[in-house]
Amino acid sequence: MQTPEEFEVSRRGVIVGGAASVATATFVPAGSAVAAPAPVPPPTAKVTFEVNGTPHALELDTRTSLLDALREHLKLTGTKKGCDHGQCGACTVIADGRRINSCLTLAVMHEGESITTIEGLGTPDKMHAMQDAFVVHDGYQCGYCTPGQICSAVAVLDEIAAGVPSHVTADLTAKPEVTHTELRERMSGNICRCGAYSNIIDAIVDVAGAKA
Amino acid sequence: MKSFTYERVATPAAATAAFARAPGARFIAGGTNLLDLMKLEIETPAHLIDVSRLSLDKIEKTGDGGLRIGAMVRNTDLASDARVRKDYGLLSRALVAGASGQLRNKATTAGNLLQRTRCPYFYDTNQPCNKRRPGSGCAAIGGFNRIHAVVGASEACIATHPSDMAVAMRALDAVVETVDAAGKARAIPLATFYRAPGTTPHLETVLAPGELITAVTLPKPVGGTHIYHKVRDRASYAFALISVGAIVQKDGSGRVALGGVGYQPWRVEAAEAELPRGAKAAADGLLAGAKTTHENAYKLPLVERTLAGVLAEARG
Repeated sequence: MQTPEEFEVSRRGVIVGGAASVATATFVPAGSAVAAPAPVPPPTAKVTFEVNGTPHALELDTRTSLLDALREHLKLTGTKKGCDHGQCGACTVIADGRRINSCLTLAVMHEGESITTIEGLGTPDKMHAMQDAFVVHDGYQCGYCTPGQICSAVAVLDEIAAGVPSHVTADLTAKPEVTHTELRERMSGNICRCGAYSNIIDAIVDVAGAKA
Repeated sequence: MKSFTYERVATPAAATAAFARAPGARFIAGGTNLLDLMKLEIETPAHLIDVSRLSLDKIEKTGDGGLRIGAMVRNTDLASDARVRKDYGLLSRALVAGASGQLRNKATTAGNLLQRTRCPYFYDTNQPCNKRRPGSGCAAIGGFNRIHAVVGASEACIATHPSDMAVAMRALDAVVETVDAAGKARAIPLATFYRAPGTTPHLETVLAPGELITAVTLPKPVGGTHIYHKVRDRASYAFALISVGAIVQKDGSGRVALGGVGYQPWRVEAAEAELPRGAKAAADGLLAGAKTTHENAYKLPLVERTLAGVLAEARG
C-alpha cells in the first residue's frame, strides 16, 4: 500500500512534470489547513533566436523543447505536437536551414539560430509554392501532419540539391535525383495517419519540376 | 521530465571540467535519444552539459591516409561527405539506412555510438529491466523478444545495440578517440568499445564517467565493394531486425559486420576467412554459439540468406 509520504512524492513529481512547458502552477486545495511548502522553481536559462525573421529573447524552464517554446511561449501553433518522441514528424521545423524534429531538441540549445516554421514559409494570402502544391494535389486530409510535411518537403528539395544521399540513391558518387522513390524514402520521417502519401509526393514532384 | 540545470561549453577541456564539478551530469549534443529518454525519466540527469558547439565538427585526413571524423559531425554531413561516399561507401550506406532525415540532421557521430537500446522493456518503466534498473530482472527474456539478441547476450539482458553506423564503423576498423577529466587522451578500437552485458548490462561501454568522445578515426581506405543490407519491418525509418555490412574484394575475400544480433556490432574476424567459401560457412562462424529465444530463431537463417544476397550482389 502507498504511504502518505510516497503519495506526496509522486504528486509533486506529476505537478513538476506537467509544468515543464508552461509557467509553474501551484495548486493548493481550498480549505487545506496546512500550507504546502513553497515549491522550488525549476532552473531556467535565457535564449535568443530568430523565428521567421523575428528576434525573440526568452527565459525558459531548461526542459522546454523547441516545439513547446514555439507553441506555448510564442503562440506559433502551426507547428504540431504529434508523438512528442521524434517518431511522427508533425513537429518538423527548419533550424539554420535544416529540418529537425522540434520536439527532440531543447529550446535553450538554439542560441543565435534562425528557425523557420510553417508560418514563416508563407501566409494565407501569399502561400509558399509547396503550400500551393499541397492544396492543388490534395496532399492532406485532416491536416494535422501537414505543417510538418511541408517544412520537411521544402528541406528535402534543398537536401537533394545539396547532394545529400539517401537509402535509395543507387550511385553514392552521383548527384541524387528528384524521383518518386527518392521522395518516398526521404519523407519517411513524416507520418500521415490519413494516408495522403501519394498526393504529398505528387505535390513535391510538382514543386521540384517547377524549380528545375 | 525531471528538472535540470544547463550549461554550454566551448572546448573539450571545459566539458570534462564541467563534468568534474557535476558528477552524474550528461553531455548533450544532438539530443535525439537522450531527450527522448529524459521525457520518459529513464535518464534523469540533474545537469546537462551542452557539447554541441564544440569545434569537433570537421572531417579531416589523418597522417596515414585515413579520416578523422569529429565527434560532433552530424550523421547527414558524414553520409554526404565526398570522401566518405567514395572511399567508405559502407559508412554512408549504413548512415542513410538509419533513422529519418530530420533525426540524421541532428544526431552526431559520438551520440550515434552511445545511443541506447530500443528494447521495449527498457522503455517501459513499469517493467523490470536490468539495464534501466540494475537487479530488477529482464522482462524481455520470456517476453516479446523477436527483435532481441542472438549472440553475446546474458541471463541478465538480451538487448541489441540499435546503431547502423556502428556496424559500418566496426567493419572499417574504426577507433574511438576520447579525453578524460584529467585531460588524458586515449584511443579505443570500436572492437573493444562496448561491454558485454554479463551481470551488469547497465554498463554499456568502456568509457569512464565524464570521458568525452572527441573523434572517430578510420584507417586508410581498403577498396572493395561496399554493401549495407538492412532487413526491417518497414521499408524505411525502422530499426534493423538484422543487418549485414560487408566489404568484398574481387578475390572473394572481405569483411562482414552484423547489426541487430547483439549488444554491439557483431564481427568475427576468424569467420571472414570463410567468405570465399560462401555465406553458410561465414555465417556459421559469425553466429557460433548463438542462443535464440522462442521468438527470434528466425534471425539465424535471415543472417545467412542476407549475407548470401550481399555476396551475390558483390560478385555483380
